[in-house]
Amino acid sequence: MSGARGASGARGASGARGANGVRGASGVRGAGGGRRGGRWLKLSDRAIERLLMVVAFTSITALLLITVFIFAGGLPVLVRTRVVGLVAGLRWAPTHGSFGILPMLLGSLLVTGGALAVGVPLSLLCAVFLSEVAPARVAGLVKPAIEVLAGIPSVIYGFIGLIVLVPLIRTCLGGPGFSVLAAAVVLGVMILPTLTSISYDALRAVPDAYREGAAALGATRAQAIRMVLLPAARRGIVVAMILGLGRALGETMAVIMVAGNATMIPSSLLDPVRTLTTNIALELGYASGLHRDALFATGAVLFVMIMLLSLLAGFRPQRARR
Amino acid sequence: MTPLEPAQLPSLPRPRLGPRLEQHALTALLWAGTLAVLGILAFIVVFILVRGVPALSWAFLTQSPTEMGRAGGILPAIIGTAVLSLLAVAIATPLGVGTAIYLAEYTAAGPLTRFIRLGAESLAGIPSIIFGLFGFIFFVINLGLGWSILSGALTLAIMILPTVILTAEAAIRAVPDAYRELSFALGATRWQTVTRAVLPSALPGIFTGVMLGLGRSIGETAAVIFTAGTALRLPASAFSSVRTMAVHFYLLAREGISMENAYGTAAILLLSILAINVLSYWAMRRLGAFRGARP
Repeated sequence: MSGARGASGARGASGARGANGVRGASGVRGAGGGRRGGRWLKLSDRAIERLLMVVAFTSITALLLITVFIFAGGLPVLVRTRVVGLVAGLRWAPTHGSFGILPMLLGSLLVTGGALAVGVPLSLLCAVFLSEVAPARVAGLVKPAIEVLAGIPSVIYGFIGLIVLVPLIRTCLGGPGFSVLAAAVVLGVMILPTLTSISYDALRAVPDAYREGAAALGATRAQAIRMVLLPAARRGIVVAMILGLGRALGETMAVIMVAGNATMIPSSLLDPVRTLTTNIALELGYASGLHRDALFATGAVLFVMIMLLSLLAGFRPQRARR
Repeated sequence: MTPLEPAQLPSLPRPRLGPRLEQHALTALLWAGTLAVLGILAFIVVFILVRGVPALSWAFLTQSPTEMGRAGGILPAIIGTAVLSLLAVAIATPLGVGTAIYLAEYTAAGPLTRFIRLGAESLAGIPSIIFGLFGFIFFVINLGLGWSILSGALTLAIMILPTVILTAEAAIRAVPDAYRELSFALGATRWQTVTRAVLPSALPGIFTGVMLGLGRSIGETAAVIFTAGTALRLPASAFSSVRTMAVHFYLLAREGISMENAYGTAAILLLSILAINVLSYWAMRRLGAFRGARP
């Protein structure tokens, strides 16, 4: 990867030279496109470049449209509540003019924090194992398995939570079972493959010289992992955590089935909870007027949080320098 | 990606008791953690398949549901899923690969490419419910497409676009420069070089990204339910509302309509996504093999 990036400047130069060469060569029927005249070739190549440039702006345009439409949709409520009433309001009764989403905001943060508490230690163990300890054959089996399993749809995670975890919590720990705990565990499991893959990449990006150096200094493998490799891979692991955080914060379907969705601030881990995402999904089907605007305002708050996380993750130094 | 042989870390002679204990404890912990991760993921797959596969039958796959899905099959959901996700991929692939070609072949690294890539990366981080909200207000309401295949597919296409762009760009960049230089030396134009020398070699990587996007489209619920709707009939046109398998499964399970049919739907959903992911992983391995190749 880094090689390709380093060479891109050189490639640009050689490419330009190549194109010039074509101009001369096509007059004498160059090998590439003998069927058409040189002028046409040059023109069409330029047209193609223009077309590709337009295409390349699709994702930026989409991002812009999404931003505009989400905020425009939420604008009436954002203005009415002056944002403060929205994010600090305790009461959610959108058909009666109360648009407080503080319980959902705290719910999202609680559930996401819990998910990281479940997912990070497990995935880190798995990543260190795969990168440093596992016999090559074991790693060669486990890594693909985890990457394939990363595709399990979130509804299925939610469903397993509903069928297995919620009754388990109800009988073992009490409460309704639909709870912060259930949502946190389901999300924690759901982000395991992502966290593992990215942490693994970060560990793999640590140069072998570090491992050799640690070994030469007489460190055991455990000491090398603790004192050299984990600190060296720290930034990549933090990026993994931020991306996992974003996925957990934005997940809807897995949460909606296990969280109970009550619009109050949970007083314990066993209380039901509603997150920003589920607040939208639960009510968008039938909402209208200001109620619908309030859901877009909820989306706008979520959007801002995700974008801040994206920015944080964007400060990664040269990801995956292998 | 040079694989690190564990043997490169020599086991040291006579470590003191403390470090040795630490070493054993950590190794045990790492094995346990990995087994736990694999165990949980395997449990989910096995749980769904053990209960879902017995519900499968030819009739289940080829009949329309009756009584809101309580009885009958899931044919409309299978067709809805296929049409929606294939259309999404058909829209996203040319856009994504075009962007990747532009980023990798037509511009030098600079502010413009960084801006475009930043857009793709930000788009990749947006939660599916936001795509659902956007698709609902933009395609369904503003453009007047209604709950339809078209609204759903366009929403999904935007959602999977970053995956296609970023994987395709990485695949194109992995093609050795010698291929390009050789092609230019033969008098090919830039576009001829891209289509005849670069793209064929980058194909496995591009395929990986497209397959990942397809898998994501099939498993998606939140972005689809508010854009493609929940109609349980065979679609008549691109403006018909459809219900995908993921949405059908969600509604069956959440409303408690029929657990047996929910498991059956989940089994089909899971099997198709796992098959697609295995395919895409296989393609990625081929790309890895290519990286070491000499022109």
